[in-house]
Amino acid sequence: MLNEDGTRMDGRRPDELRKIEIEAGVVPVADGSARVQWGTNLAIAAVYGPMEAHPRKISRQDRCVLDVRYNMAPFSVTDRIRPGFNRRSREIGKVTANALESVVQLELYPRSKIRVEIEIMCAEAGTRCVGLTAASVALADAGIPMTDMVVSVASGRVNGVVVLDLNKEEDNYGDADLPMGILPNSGELVFLQMDGDLSPEDFQEAWDYNMGAAKEIHEIMVAALAARYGGDA
Amino acid sequence: MSDSGDVGRLVIPGDSLGEIGERRAGHGVLRRNGELIATRLGHLSEKGGELSVHPVHTAYTPRPGDLIVGYVEGMRSNIWFIDIGGPFNAILPMSLAAGKVDFGATREYMDVGSTVLCRVQEVDENHGAVVTMKGMGLRKLNSGFVDTVPSHLLSRVVGVDGQMLKSIKEASDCRMVVGQNGRIWIEGDASGTRLARSALSVIREAGHRPDIESRVRGVLEE
Repeated sequence: MLNEDGTRMDGRRPDELRKIEIEAGVVPVADGSARVQWGTNLAIAAVYGPMEAHPRKISRQDRCVLDVRYNMAPFSVTDRIRPGFNRRSREIGKVTANALESVVQLELYPRSKIRVEIEIMCAEAGTRCVGLTAASVALADAGIPMTDMVVSVASGRVNGVVVLDLNKEEDNYGDADLPMGILPNSGELVFLQMDGDLSPEDFQEAWDYNMGAAKEIHEIMVAALAARYGGDA
Repeated sequence: MSDSGDVGRLVIPGDSLGEIGERRAGHGVLRRNGELIATRLGHLSEKGGELSVHPVHTAYTPRPGDLIVGYVEGMRSNIWFIDIGGPFNAILPMSLAAGKVDFGATREYMDVGSTVLCRVQEVDENHGAVVTMKGMGLRKLNSGFVDTVPSHLLSRVVGVDGQMLKSIKEASDCRMVVGQNGRIWIEGDASGTRLARSALSVIREAGHRPDIESRVRGVLEE
């Protein structure tokens, strides 16, 4: 899956990201929203709240709860996905909520709920990273207090070579995949999964790729928010 | 990334605002490892050595004493539940209604959907609020129109020393009450109400821009 000159099937270098485009405020009725076009992936995230937590049993006296729903549209992939929850979407919703809980200042809104809806409109590989990145921009757009943004990106290994931001073929037929959620300002990690096996050296290389890419993606997120509010952050 | 020098700059959650030094962390700002960090999306402001972020979007958080416009959302025999536009409904006990209400007769006095001008009496540590209708001018609103402006843009509606609100009232010949929760009650004839609402819609659309005052004046003069 690699060309003779070391480039990948889609012509990218091993440390090159796909083209990323972010726009904030795309859902007018939501408190905050974002659209992320990442290669062929397209995700829309919308944030509502803080609001009263329903059902009552999920509310917490000392903090807010994040209700994250990740969903892939039935038409987002070539073989139709049955609408509604499935094991995979529940898992991704949960890990996304865990990642976002580390930055959102939940203690400021006791008994409340913040609803985060992530809809994948077109999927090509790495949708959990795209969804988490979109959710983070949407939360900032909604004015939710956070200690940092969350940037998510994956690296993996294909034919023994570590590459950044896997596309569909690399994800399906590659050796391993390492999605990470990174706080770009502090460099802390809030989310890490690994599919397949990586040697310690490869793991380190994938880690470094992700850390480097996080800075790049963070700049795009900042530019998207600045464009919406007419600033030059 | 930046010093406090660039007041008015748009900041993103996680942005470093430089060393703490002599400054204090205000609203939307956090101290971390000797640095000040922005926690909200908004414009930076500094007042008396306190650095804060004026957010571009925020939910209404009730504070005691706020004058607000609420909608009745439900009731029991002795209390009403009032939608105040915040994360939680407030309660209005029968004893704090404007007139005398009999136990069990809350619905006759104010039904679901009624609009009330009330004041926040107290807020507990869980953001639960109690509102009151005892006070000058507090009443059930039977006429007029309620428009909304996000609560962080209210300072633009009121303007410096209330000048902006005054000119909207004069140009439209309407009575207006600005609720701290972003709901604004307007009463006047149809053309006046329309003018006041178009001024508010300009603030809603472009309230974060520095030239908002001249834009609104442009609408009023038209």
